[in-house]
Amino acid sequence: MEENPKYTLQTKGLSIGYHNKKENHVVAKDINFSLEKGELIGLVGSNGIGKSTLLRTLCKVQKALSGEILINNQNLKSYTFETLAETLSVVLTETPASKNITVLELVALGRQPYTNWLGTITENDKKHIIQALKATEMMSFRDRKCFELSDGQLQRALIARALAQDTPIIILDEPTTHLDLYHRASILKLLKNLTKTTGTTILFSTHEIDLAIQLCDKMLVMAPEESYFGNPCQLIEAGHFSKLFPKNLIDFDVEAGRFKIIN
Amino acid sequence: MFFTNISLGSVAIPLKEVVKSLFHLSTENTAWNFIIQDYRLPKALTAIMVGAGLSVCGLLMQTLFRNPLAGPFVLGVSSGASLGVALLIMGAAGFGGILGTALLGTWSLVIAAGLGSFLVMLAVLAVTVRVKDTMAILIIGLMFGSVTAAIVGILAYFSTAEQLQQYIFWSFGSLGNNSWEGMFVLFICFMAGLAMSVLTIKPLNALLLGENYAKSQGLNIGKSRLIILVATCILAGAITAFAGPVAFIGLAVPHITKQIFTTANHQVLIPAVILCGAIIMLICDSIAQMPFTDYTLPINAITSLVGAPVVIWLLVRKRKLLF
Repeated sequence: MEENPKYTLQTKGLSIGYHNKKENHVVAKDINFSLEKGELIGLVGSNGIGKSTLLRTLCKVQKALSGEILINNQNLKSYTFETLAETLSVVLTETPASKNITVLELVALGRQPYTNWLGTITENDKKHIIQALKATEMMSFRDRKCFELSDGQLQRALIARALAQDTPIIILDEPTTHLDLYHRASILKLLKNLTKTTGTTILFSTHEIDLAIQLCDKMLVMAPEESYFGNPCQLIEAGHFSKLFPKNLIDFDVEAGRFKIIN
Repeated sequence: MFFTNISLGSVAIPLKEVVKSLFHLSTENTAWNFIIQDYRLPKALTAIMVGAGLSVCGLLMQTLFRNPLAGPFVLGVSSGASLGVALLIMGAAGFGGILGTALLGTWSLVIAAGLGSFLVMLAVLAVTVRVKDTMAILIIGLMFGSVTAAIVGILAYFSTAEQLQQYIFWSFGSLGNNSWEGMFVLFICFMAGLAMSVLTIKPLNALLLGENYAKSQGLNIGKSRLIILVATCILAGAITAFAGPVAFIGLAVPHITKQIFTTANHQVLIPAVILCGAIIMLICDSIAQMPFTDYTLPINAITSLVGAPVVIWLLVRKRKLLF
């Protein structure tokens, strides 16, 4: 992998895990992927495999054990939290601490990296906020309080906040939990549209393997031994999905492109 | 409200004369002049600063700790002040008669309270610089409070009834014992604390989303937290030193304000809380004066007696605690 301007987010031989006094506890090692502008990337893997650890490492919340993370061909270590905030925005699994704010206020908070010391919203900020609300179809909900929203609407509002932050990369940690099938599909479809219309690179972790296979440009499969990166068809043909889980209960049907219960 | 507060007191003075006196227009009665300019005016101004300052502290703490029960005293400010005063009053006996009484002037109480709260806050701040978890800071503050309360308890056990009474009178809180020099010191601390609070508006709004989101928006959590804590310490410490541990205002006013303004945006909330705090404190002080009688009730009792039913009524009516 050499330097390539089209890559927005790249890892080289990345090892993630936790730093102990005596030793490093490695959660996953040798993760390599290169994400391009405007791609939708799904991150799948079983519980406890290190999806959240990987996303936290990419967001600079915790340190990588070894290997490199490049954002726009610049090492993550050279970013401060301030400059990173203009490059990468996140949607976390946690809900906002206070839900006594309107959707508009929530989305406006996404402009904080650009506002002055008082957080004054300028005309330019307003433009981005309106755009974000329109793209997520939350315009009609803008004056609702967050505690009045359904789970799906709140998730859309949080995505709108990340969009308003106007970053080339958005990372989402399990954006489809607590949603029914229809809303899961609609959130993922929304992410797909956003990558196309805004050229944003969107990386999200999910347990919706079926939906992810259908929508994602590329996928990162975290299996116990190794991590695989490629487009969904290649990954299916190489049989990598069947390495996700122990084979005593379910197995991946290569022809149907989904998991089946073993009878 | 300000004029009403000044007009009311043990000595009935007509409103017209009050206004005249305030603007240094000659009044026939020099005693009235003295009462208004050197007692009631400082008291009303102190009430405004105490009410506004404690309310801002409460708002900062509630947002920082994401806990609607947090107040200005969670960092051990009031317990530190209590410790200082308790040591002075109950320890003064140890210095012997003359020295003991000399130590017990109004100013020495203020200094003892200020010093006590300052030292305890310094200890809490020193610990919090090393602790990364915000909730742990809350617990540490409460623990320091428990320790100092225990020491005060031990001191109280070994002291005489007179000393105890003096200590209890201090703990009732008082807005009236403030001279113009004291006002000046309080005013400087008040303005410094408020200026720092204004600086924290943007970080506070980010913290509404939670610390992880705030960090992802480029907020330096450690620095913001330190500014918020120092602002609270300056405000609550100075106020407690001059007016005693005034209960309730800091906890309740932010809730009352949020019920009225129904927003969590600190650009609105900080000025609103300053205004509400000042007004509520003036009302409480006017009631404590027991207009047209010779009695003055402890301000601490009034703030709780008046404030608690208001908060309960608001919550029952709206059925929702907005945070």
